Amino acid sequence: MVALFPLKSVIIIIIIIMATVEDVLESVTQSQASKYKTIEVQKDIEPQLDLGNLLTVDQNPLDLKKLRGDKEAYLKSQARDNTQLLFNAIWKLPTERVEEAICVKLPETTTVLPREKPIPKAKLQTKWEQYALLKGIQKRKKGRMVWDEEAKDWRPRWGYKRANDETKDWVIEVPGNADPNEDQFEKRMKAKKERVAKNELQRLRNIARGTKSKVPGVGLTPTEKPSKEEVGLALHLAKKSTASLGKFTEKLPKEKEAKHVGKKRKFEPAIGDFKKEKEQQLNIINVMENKKPKMDITKAVNRVMTEVDQEASSDDRRKRAGKVKNRRGPPRKKGSGGFGKKGKAGKGKGAKGMGGKGKGMGGKGKGKGKGR
Amino acid sequence: MATVMQRIVKPKTQAAKRALDVRSPKLEENDKVAMFIKGGHTSETITQVLKELYLLKKPNAITFKRKNIMRPFDDQSSIEFFSQKNDSSLFLFGSHSKKRPNNLVLGRLYDHHVLDMVELGVVHFRSMQDFPTEKIAMGTKPCLVFEGEAFEQDHEHRRLKSLLIDFFRGVKANNVRLQGLEHVLQFTAIDGKVMVMSYKVLLKKSGSRTPRVELTEIGPALDLEVRRTRLASDDLYKKACKKPKKGKPRKVKNVKTDVFGAKMGRVHMERQDFSKLQTRKMKGLKRQAPSNKENAKKAKTESSEPTAEES
Repeated sequence: MVALFPLKSVIIIIIIIMATVEDVLESVTQSQASKYKTIEVQKDIEPQLDLGNLLTVDQNPLDLKKLRGDKEAYLKSQARDNTQLLFNAIWKLPTERVEEAICVKLPETTTVLPREKPIPKAKLQTKWEQYALLKGIQKRKKGRMVWDEEAKDWRPRWGYKRANDETKDWVIEVPGNADPNEDQFEKRMKAKKERVAKNELQRLRNIARGTKSKVPGVGLTPTEKPSKEEVGLALHLAKKSTASLGKFTEKLPKEKEAKHVGKKRKFEPAIGDFKKEKEQQLNIINVMENKKPKMDITKAVNRVMTEVDQEASSDDRRKRAGKVKNRRGPPRKKGSGGFGKKGKAGKGKGAKGMGGKGKGMGGKGKGKGKGR
Repeated sequence: MATVMQRIVKPKTQAAKRALDVRSPKLEENDKVAMFIKGGHTSETITQVLKELYLLKKPNAITFKRKNIMRPFDDQSSIEFFSQKNDSSLFLFGSHSKKRPNNLVLGRLYDHHVLDMVELGVVHFRSMQDFPTEKIAMGTKPCLVFEGEAFEQDHEHRRLKSLLIDFFRGVKANNVRLQGLEHVLQFTAIDGKVMVMSYKVLLKKSGSRTPRVELTEIGPALDLEVRRTRLASDDLYKKACKKPKKGKPRKVKNVKTDVFGAKMGRVHMERQDFSKLQTRKMKGLKRQAPSNKENAKKAKTESSEPTAEES
């Protein structure tokens, strides 16, 4: 009975079933596709995206009719389209998982926005830092704890309960050459205060050098409690610092004119040492006649030495790829060393020779001879 | 002075030093803080606008409770003083008068001096409370949408666009959680007016990995008209926009990865006296003093004896 069905009809039935199955599948996929709304957005001009700022700038002209009609709905649809474009771009970025949340790494912002504060200026090197750079001196990190012999324990190098604390000394030996009535404790405290004041002064000097303001000489630097002489000197200098060098500065009613303030100028007596005078006059003529230019040997030598040092330090910095902690300075080259020695000797002679006005020419001559 | 180290008067405490460091100019700057100031006279609309925009800008915002009688366009010294004291570089000043009803002055500062100021008039305002939908969390980074040709063509509108981006962009973020992109702010420029709309984002399924975006209006909706402007000169603006040369990236200390790829670090603890650690109290394991022990034993035996007698 079963075999009575003709083969042809069976085949036809199978084909019909397959066709219907295909139809069903197609309809299913179609319904699925239509179930989800599209993420495609059509725009005449592509909006500019700044993903770093999550920004979309749409330059397409707005439809004024729609705006007049239903403004809110139109604006909402516009916003939706632009946000869709932005999100499409964001979802293309590489993602990473950060503690159960999928995060996307945003690129750098492309919009140029003004800063809040100006760009910080580079820190200026202090005098020591310049010197250390020149000589190639490396900073050595000191540990916090130091072995204290008295307490037989590790104590902090500075601060509360420090090792080798000088202030805790209840006995100070009076040195052999000191005044027996001098208070050694007082002396120590004063020395400390002086060190602190000096450090403060140098710090302020470094800052002043940085801000290119004029650094006052030692007499005028501010101290907490200036002495009577210091005040007097400061007053004198202030009075004098006018265009007419203090000629017209008024005195206070009861102010006494100060005598012996400021640098004392030394003058040779008008009629004194005849020999000396003769030598001086002849030297002047010799200098005028001299065809070779006047050279300050000390200056020249110093200049060359610093140049050589700078070269040496820059070369060595280039050579040294990694960090080398315990290094004092660059290895002294033979040439520089030799020249340095000669230079020093020459400098010494030159300096010695140059003392005094009369001996200027003679000294220079000597220096030159040795330098060669 | 460049850094804290280069000050003439050095700070005496570490807290003071840190506070000065926060306020000092840096290569990578802090997020800009905005000040919300009320003028001599304010209307209800303006106070509500200031309140709601403050909520949008929180936590990088400061609101001034009292009224401040000042005119930003005439005298900028007050604003500069406030900026110096609060270390903020954005401000929104609201006032109301017959001549300028519902006035907002939106501005920013560079180096505590006014850079740009734009005066906007609130023509129409719908508060957040008028939209009965669910709102978003505070501090969400919003997506900004600018529409309208004026934002590219007109010079004043271009600066206004830059100012609005600066004001509303939120924190500077490198990573963003995909589910956290919830807020959209839309600015539309139509013939001298700027419409501000705020939406919440709903992500719907789409056929692909990227979701379909649907928006619901939540936040305040403002219709602003551009009144006066005081914009910085081009060279000052250029100077303010200068980018620094990137410094060396900071070394991350204390973090190492071992052979298996696990991230390791050291935790430094202070010395602890293990005998005095605070742990869970288990009364039964409590060590009693010998006198107490004896009393306890006595009490036990006494209590047990009568029962024994009874039985």
